[in-house]
Amino acid sequence: MNKIGLIIWREYLTRVRKKSFIIMTFLGPVLFAALIVLPGWLAQMEDSDVKEIAVVEYNSNNQPVPASLQFFRNVIPNKENIKFTYLNNARLPDVLKAFEATQYDGVLFLPQTLISAGRETSVEFYYRKPPSLGMELHISKSIEKFLFSNKLMSKNIPTDIVQSLETKVNLNRINWKNWPNKQEDTTDVKRGLGYVGGFLIYIFIFMFGAQVMRGVLEEKTSRIVEVIISSVSPFQLMMGKIIGIGLIGLTQFVAWLILTFGISTFAQQVFLPKPATAITQQVAPSDIMSTNSANEQLASPSAGKEQAAVMLDGIMKQLGQINIVLVIGAFLFYFLGGFFLYGSLFAAIGAAVDNETDTQQFMLPITIPLILGLFVMINSFINPSGKLAVWFSLIPLTSPIVMMARIPFEVPVLQILASAVLLILTFLGTTWLAAKIYRTGILMYGKKVTYRELWKWIKY
Amino acid sequence: MYLFTASNIVKRYSDHLALDRVTINVPEGSIYGLLGPNGAGKTTLLRIINQISAPDEGEMFFSGREFTPKDVASIGYLPEERGLYKKMKVGEQALYLARLKGMSKSEAMNKLKYWFTKFEIQAWWDKKVEELSKGMQQKVQFVTTILHQPKLLIFDEPFSGFDPINANLLKNEILELRKKGSTIIFSTHDMGSVEELCDNITLINKSRTILEGAVHDIKMEHKSNMFEIGFKGDPAVVIEKLNGQCQVVDQYERRTNHYVKIMADKKLSGNDMLNLVLPEASITSFNEIIPTMNEIFIKVVEAQNQQLTPEL
Repeated sequence: MNKIGLIIWREYLTRVRKKSFIIMTFLGPVLFAALIVLPGWLAQMEDSDVKEIAVVEYNSNNQPVPASLQFFRNVIPNKENIKFTYLNNARLPDVLKAFEATQYDGVLFLPQTLISAGRETSVEFYYRKPPSLGMELHISKSIEKFLFSNKLMSKNIPTDIVQSLETKVNLNRINWKNWPNKQEDTTDVKRGLGYVGGFLIYIFIFMFGAQVMRGVLEEKTSRIVEVIISSVSPFQLMMGKIIGIGLIGLTQFVAWLILTFGISTFAQQVFLPKPATAITQQVAPSDIMSTNSANEQLASPSAGKEQAAVMLDGIMKQLGQINIVLVIGAFLFYFLGGFFLYGSLFAAIGAAVDNETDTQQFMLPITIPLILGLFVMINSFINPSGKLAVWFSLIPLTSPIVMMARIPFEVPVLQILASAVLLILTFLGTTWLAAKIYRTGILMYGKKVTYRELWKWIKY
Repeated sequence: MYLFTASNIVKRYSDHLALDRVTINVPEGSIYGLLGPNGAGKTTLLRIINQISAPDEGEMFFSGREFTPKDVASIGYLPEERGLYKKMKVGEQALYLARLKGMSKSEAMNKLKYWFTKFEIQAWWDKKVEELSKGMQQKVQFVTTILHQPKLLIFDEPFSGFDPINANLLKNEILELRKKGSTIIFSTHDMGSVEELCDNITLINKSRTILEGAVHDIKMEHKSNMFEIGFKGDPAVVIEKLNGQCQVVDQYERRTNHYVKIMADKKLSGNDMLNLVLPEASITSFNEIIPTMNEIFIKVVEAQNQQLTPEL
């Protein structure tokens, strides 16, 4: 084994056996999954306790109405976690006076004068705890819908016609290049994929770049560097370290990929019903929510799982339409390219200073383009082929992050090639630059290094 | 036959001249001392010999041919500031360093077994370096330095940080290595070890060579015809007798013996001096006082420093 191989092997082996690496490898996918699932899960948790809302109805003379004469009875359908109770002949002041002792979470007051309301009106809702946005929307939409059809029926338009008036329209985005194949567009999945890819590169560059820096610093402060560079050249030592740590990053990525697929397949099989059956069930109920079918919609406990299964199945289908090989290939290329570019700079910083606190002043110029890349990446989801996204996916300091986010949306081959060539050239340049700083820096002790000093080393 | 020669080495840093036409000639199979005060340029020279940095001017030869980067495999280097990877296991690390020097795995393994047994440090093999004491770490590093049996060994302050027992062990090891044919360059401030070990020395001060040659020759050059006579008897009588022929510069008493220090010119032989004292006292000892390397070191360095800064 030649010397640089030995160095790579040592850097790789000492890190891959570390407990922190092993823990991260297994915890990573779980953390990622948690990051994606947790917000939704938390929101669901919050709403999971069933809210009970009392509905009080008054007639046009401002008097309570008995159940048999109630206009709005069952107008607002129950939901999984909201239940509506229509009170018989109840007076609002009485209900509110006794509110403290009741089980109700809110009282909705509906006067029958609503029927003849104009373009805009409002109803009163008394709450114990402020209602969620979802609940607000559900109540107002249901009442609007009822008023709409009621107004039409009052003009003697038959019920079946009123019901047929409503049509829900989704926009089906199709890339013109796929015509005449009307393949469904996969923007959301692409966006997700780009986001995960770009973000991973950002994290990896920071995480493993810092490892390079700390590794160099460790060799310098432990003084072993002098022994090593009496056997190998400083450049070999630096490159060996960068490559070794880069391989660690790749190992982690591949392990995460395998684990994520493993976990998601397992989760799909165990926790979710078969997608095929879920779909047929989904097709059956009509999309139009009739005013009378409120109770039909009372959610069964398995509904959520079915929905999740359908969503997952959809994602899988859409993933099938994306060039996964290209995405993974691009990830590997941009990760390695970006890592070599920044890794050599991190190595130069580690060599230039004596301890970790001194690294701060040199970290800023490295951090800024990386964070800029992240911002442009998020921005580029709005318009993946806009000027901003295109330029920043060509500039080598940001291209690993921004181009990664664009890759799932078809990027012109010329742009990919240009960005790849620029990245390679730049990383050769920074490596050359870093090697000069590194060579001088690793043997320099007890000197607080300034930018001017670094410039001298580069010229030297 | 010189194993290594470096002639007229110049090394400039941006703000100062670190080495100014320094020349060293290291005979094969010798122990060569590199002496000099702090900051004289010793470590710079050692780094150049190790090809860690390159000289700006000058030529270097190894075994009679031009010194090339490949020759570092024939060099073992123990830097002044010792260091190993703290989190790495001792055995693994020793193996790694040996292989960086170009040894095969099995060869390195065999040699390591031999040395670990010899130094009785087998039990440390699976320990992390940070678990060892500083002295233990130095032992490990010494083993890794000499493991590949380099023709040329370079020790920068090898004895610093060792307790007397381990320093002695090291000293014997160094002598043994020379016996086996290694050539050794070491830099040190410890003049005692120079007298004990070195065949040749170079003294560097303020980036320049101010003294070079065999230790024995240098001492002979710097001796000043001083003698010491020990005796039992009346010192006043002895001094009176001697003062006619030479100059008594010092007189002292240790236990029951009296001593006089004499500065003589070259005409007066030892026998003549003894003849003068013999009738007056019973002689217990007679020595020629040869300056120690320490005295020579201080004398030459101070002389040069004064010469370089006359205006101050």
